Formats: sequence, C-alpha cells, structure tokens
Amino acid sequence: MMKAVNTVKITFPSRSINEGFARSALAAFAAQLDPTMDKVADVKTAVSEAVTNSIVHGYADTIGLVTLTASLYEDGTLRVVIADKGCGIPDVKKAMEPLFTTGGTERAGLGFAVMKSFMDSVKVYSKPGKGTRVTMTKRLKQR
Amino acid sequence: MTQVTLRQEGQKLTAILSGEIDHHSAALLREKIDERAAACEPKELILDFSGVTFMDSSGVGLILGRHKLVETLGGSVVVQHAPDTIRRMLSIAGIEARE
Repeated sequence: MMKAVNTVKITFPSRSINEGFARSALAAFAAQLDPTMDKVADVKTAVSEAVTNSIVHGYADTIGLVTLTASLYEDGTLRVVIADKGCGIPDVKKAMEPLFTTGGTERAGLGFAVMKSFMDSVKVYSKPGKGTRVTMTKRLKQR
Repeated sequence: MTQVTLRQEGQKLTAILSGEIDHHSAALLREKIDERAAACEPKELILDFSGVTFMDSSGVGLILGRHKLVETLGGSVVVQHAPDTIRRMLSIAGIEARE
C-alpha cells in the first residue's frame, strides 16, 4: 500500500443531522486534490450512504459513535473508511444485494449498490455485535 | 436548507423540493407531503426536483414511500425536473423523470 499524503479522522455521534456534516467535511478534505464537481458529488453520495447505514442500522435503537477516516494518496486516490461499533451485519453478501433492506418502506435498499456504482472499490467488514467497517476508494486525479 | 413548497390545483398536488435530500431531511419532507396528501387525497402527486442540489438513496425511498401512500388513495406519483446530478441515482432505482 502506498503511503498516504494526508489523513483526517473525524468521530461524531450517530445523529441523522451529522449525515450532512460528514459528506461536507469529506468534500472539503477531498478538495485538496482539486477534483471535478462530478467526482466530488459521487464521493459525497457514497459517504452519505455509508454514514446513513451506521445511523439507521448499526445504531438503530441507540446513539453511538461513527468514525470517518479519509486519506489522500500520491497517485490521486481517495480512501474513505466509515466505521461504527453498532449491531453489525449478519450476512454482508445479502445486505449488499440491490433492493435488500431491513429498513422498512421508506428505505430503498440501494445504499451498497450506490456506493459500488459511485466509487472504484467498496469493501465491507462486519461482525455481529461488534460493528461494521466500510472501506471505499476512488481515483480523483490522474498524476 | 431543505424545503418543500406544496401547491394544490384541483386533484393535483405538486411538491416542489429544494436543497439536500438525505435520510435526515427526507423525514421532514415526508411528514409535510403526507400531511397534505392525506388531507386532499390527490389523483396525482408531482414531485418536482428542480431545486434539489444533493440526493442520496433516501430520496429514492421518499419517492417509493409516496408512491405507496398515493396508490392506496387511488392516485399516482410523477417525478419531474430532475437535475443531472440526481439522474444517475434515479436511474439506479429505475425511476424515470419527465421534463
């Protein structure tokens, strides 16, 4: 793995108002690479999905901490990790299927499909009772 | 600031949405739209996205949820004026927006 040129780490409580804060903070950080508006919009959307998952599913009945770690690499890649210590996902493969949701009629079940579509790579590591970590990368700038 | 302006013309209810739509703001939009829809039982609910600057899949949930509600009232939902930035989100969900 290449060495990160810059890294930030933000921890915030799983209140829904922080969905907007998390994606705006990430956009401000990513601006260091001077990416196109389209790429910034993609990254903001993916982060919004991952943070919403932590809030809606990870900490469904409680308020816990969500940590966003973002790193920029020499080759122009952005790596974002969204981690929670919530309830975890029993079956990650199933959770990543488009339209699968446990969130009721107001959730589309598209969160992971959107992350995969908007980012270059998405990896999910989860342990029931321990939490979930979503790692995403996107090339924002060619060298 | 996320907002919705509701306009009623006969059996038609138009919800003009603006700002950022995420899980947080969708709850507020849903409440306002549903309250009015329950009162006027529209045959057509138009969701106008022209002023929307950001939308994640919570916006798709908002559309699907309104579709279910209005369908039970015997009406239908139309999505219109979606900016380019949210068209990709709509296309992932298979939702077509009219001009």
